[in-house]
Amino acid sequence: MPLHWLVLIVLTLGAVGYIVGRRRAMKSAGGDARFLHSLPAYYGTNVLLVTVVPAILLLIVWLLVQPLVINNQVTGTIPDESIPEGGSLGLVMSDVRRVAEGLDTAIDAGAMSREEAASIRTEVTDVRQRLAEVGVALGSNVRPEVLRAAQQYRSLDATGDLAMTVALLVLALAGFGYGVLRTTKDFRARNVVEKGILALLIGAASIAILTTIGIVLSLIFNTVEFFGLYPAWDFFLGTTWAPSFSGRGGASELGVLPLLWGTLYISIIALLVAVPIGLFAAVYLSEYASPAVRSVAKPLIEILAGIPTIVYGLFALLTVGPLLVDVFGAGGIFGLGWMKGGTAVMTAGLVMGIMLIPFVSSLSDDIINAVPQAMRDGSLGLGATQSETVRQVILPAALPGIVGAVLLAASRAIGETMIVVLGAGAAARLSLNPFEAMTTVTAKIVSQLTGDADFASPEALVAFALGMTLFVITLGLNVLALYIVRKYREQYE
Amino acid sequence: MTDMTASGASAPVRKHATSLLAQDARTKRRNAAETRFKIYGLIAVGIGLTFLAVLLSSIVYNGVRGFQQTFVTLEVELLAAKLDKKGERNIDDIKKVSTFGYAPLIDTAMQNAVAKIGYDSPFEKAKEYRPLLSASVPAQVRNYVIANPDMIGETVEFRVLAASRVDGYLKGRVTRDSIARDKNIDAAHLDITDALHDEGVLKKTFNWDFVTGADASESRAEQAGIGVSMIGSFFMMLVVLGLSLPIGVAASIYLEEFAPQNRFTDLIEVNISNLAAVPSIVFGILGLAMFIQFAHLPQSAPLVGGLVLTLMTLPTIIISTRASLKAVPPSIRDAALGVGASKMQTVFHHVLPLAAPGILTGTIIGLAQALGETAPLLLIGMVGFIASNYPEGLVDGFVSPNSAMPAQIFEWAKRADPAYYERAWAGIIILLLFLVTMNAIAIILRRRFERRW
Repeated sequence: MPLHWLVLIVLTLGAVGYIVGRRRAMKSAGGDARFLHSLPAYYGTNVLLVTVVPAILLLIVWLLVQPLVINNQVTGTIPDESIPEGGSLGLVMSDVRRVAEGLDTAIDAGAMSREEAASIRTEVTDVRQRLAEVGVALGSNVRPEVLRAAQQYRSLDATGDLAMTVALLVLALAGFGYGVLRTTKDFRARNVVEKGILALLIGAASIAILTTIGIVLSLIFNTVEFFGLYPAWDFFLGTTWAPSFSGRGGASELGVLPLLWGTLYISIIALLVAVPIGLFAAVYLSEYASPAVRSVAKPLIEILAGIPTIVYGLFALLTVGPLLVDVFGAGGIFGLGWMKGGTAVMTAGLVMGIMLIPFVSSLSDDIINAVPQAMRDGSLGLGATQSETVRQVILPAALPGIVGAVLLAASRAIGETMIVVLGAGAAARLSLNPFEAMTTVTAKIVSQLTGDADFASPEALVAFALGMTLFVITLGLNVLALYIVRKYREQYE
Repeated sequence: MTDMTASGASAPVRKHATSLLAQDARTKRRNAAETRFKIYGLIAVGIGLTFLAVLLSSIVYNGVRGFQQTFVTLEVELLAAKLDKKGERNIDDIKKVSTFGYAPLIDTAMQNAVAKIGYDSPFEKAKEYRPLLSASVPAQVRNYVIANPDMIGETVEFRVLAASRVDGYLKGRVTRDSIARDKNIDAAHLDITDALHDEGVLKKTFNWDFVTGADASESRAEQAGIGVSMIGSFFMMLVVLGLSLPIGVAASIYLEEFAPQNRFTDLIEVNISNLAAVPSIVFGILGLAMFIQFAHLPQSAPLVGGLVLTLMTLPTIIISTRASLKAVPPSIRDAALGVGASKMQTVFHHVLPLAAPGILTGTIIGLAQALGETAPLLLIGMVGFIASNYPEGLVDGFVSPNSAMPAQIFEWAKRADPAYYERAWAGIIILLLFLVTMNAIAIILRRRFERRW
């Protein structure tokens, strides 16, 4: 049974449960709601919750566990000698899954009967040919053990789906029955329902933790697998980034240093653009500007923060890059010939700097405004000019907060993807020339994972190690920034 | 004074008192520094605003052209001898004629069109006119014939797409210099283009197909549209709204109204503030590893994109929801509790409705962020293919591969043909229109329903 029908049935059962529960409660009270412990709606809700919630939870758990179990079962049937030279069990399993899906497609298209799909043999039929007829392209001929594993996979999958449907419906009905039977006029429905809802609220709040766990687990597992295939030492200290495109073998050099350098260089340029402009803008808007100017200029600058990064990426690629080439390129205004192509560290850094201006300015603005007025008045009263007050009183007082803001901006810059994918180029190199194309950690995560390479190869897995590096760096910066900002806030509040 | 003498001759020593009205050198210096400082600030604000202006004007300047497309009005004679050899008007026979069978008819029609305006063409063969028209034209005519088999034998007027380079020539993207080494089109074709344009056979008009249409293959830039990926984005936003709003509100209610101060709540709070700052690409990795590799959800599906974006949007929604729950004064809670409501009833019957406008505003802003997010979508495979099919139904819309607006823009920006660049810019205009609308709704909601207690 398709999943959405199953969910719909459970929900309908829940809705029916609501009505039945309410009716039964009213009936047990002789039709007078005053004799009930709780309001009638709570009795209905109680039945609804016990019907739907356990069933849906079971569904989620089942959907997560079933593929694992089936994978394990099928993996056990594949003999070691059928794993080809240089391949891995994961590769064979992905073949198995592809064949299984192909058989499904063939049945859907009517090109194959169910029985045929379950009994077809490579020795007799050209399975690849048959599947190609319905539009499933397989990379190589189907080996007999793979086909058998695929057939077992399908049969296990079908059994699992059937078992799930039955279990789900039984659980929902059991919940329904239990809920209805429990409904009498003395049943403390409200307390039970409220406890249930509180549990749901706690569950929702825990999703933040689950997400973090999910991120960490998906990074760690794949990173560990990567370090099994490629020495960690070479990854962290290698100065060459040259993944082989064929996908296999040890020909790839995957040193992270050139990528880190590119990331750092672009971030530094971005901060060199964003910090002075953002800081001066914040000082001007909070200390000098009239309310009218402030109410116009501040939201306008903040628009820059609301523009999606893909827009900045395109701006870098198609506007800023060619513009910089016109100025610094070979045939440029100054005839310098520094820049060979539009994609360069400078392009990406400049555009990223524009993007970061509102981050720095609005965070600094908040912090400058939080400096007590008394400190300003004291300084001005001693005869300092406004700029002296800003430089010698306000900025030192606001410094920790501003440092925090800059760190947050830096973490943004390091994690930014679209601008560098489009604007910085693809060549990984260790160079000091800001007009050369370089690449970053994020850009390489994208390029390593969007190609056709299979997920078991070091060339794809390296992306998870890069992601781990990125995650650790940005997390460190964020924690440091929040710590500094919080510590500062405590001083004045 | 001892300090002053110790610090040397640089210290100003006033020989004789001056008038207060005349500024001495030091005051002048200080005032000048003051003015300079103020000007720096003004310049910084000015630079920020200039960047904004440059960015927006470059979007508009480059993007507006993407909404226009060159069309040719063509009278095609649907020769029965070619399209239906048996003459039985049997639909199966007609379907057997492929687009290759239609191409000669269109070439002839183009030749006739040029001859009709009295242009002295250097081409002799009808086939040589082919570069003027889009490669999609035969398919367009074929679809028309299959839909109207009765028209075979008649001459029908079609409004067909001109080739991308002809279009680019009229828009100034393609020049006579730039086609010097282009094997697809000659200068003679451009002369014909000029002549046809003067006569009004070839016209540049607003192109609705860009807004509603599907993406096209790399060589048919003139045909590509953003409509299908817009639907992909729409389904993604449905997932984000359907999951992140209830989960976000439930989490905020727990944290704000029920949570005791303990380790567990602290852990949740720290997690939320950290997730808000995790780079979006990391969420893409999570989506790839968890939803696609582990749970085997379909790749490139809006469902998966929506799930990833939900996780990204949750912190935003939780933070804004908590702020608006906090803004409801405690007297409301006390009053409800005072007349005998339970804690849960107080929250759901009184606090939540009062906080609703704020929650809604935060949700819309969160959705707007999610709509423009690209990086995680790249990792779950929403680029690199041609999103050419409209979803066939509701379920199909969630699980069948599709693109999303920002992913489609990225895809176009990566393609080699510069004709796609103006489409990318135009796509950005549409994306920004959505964002502006959403933010405007949020602002109006805030203005309209904001309550000061």
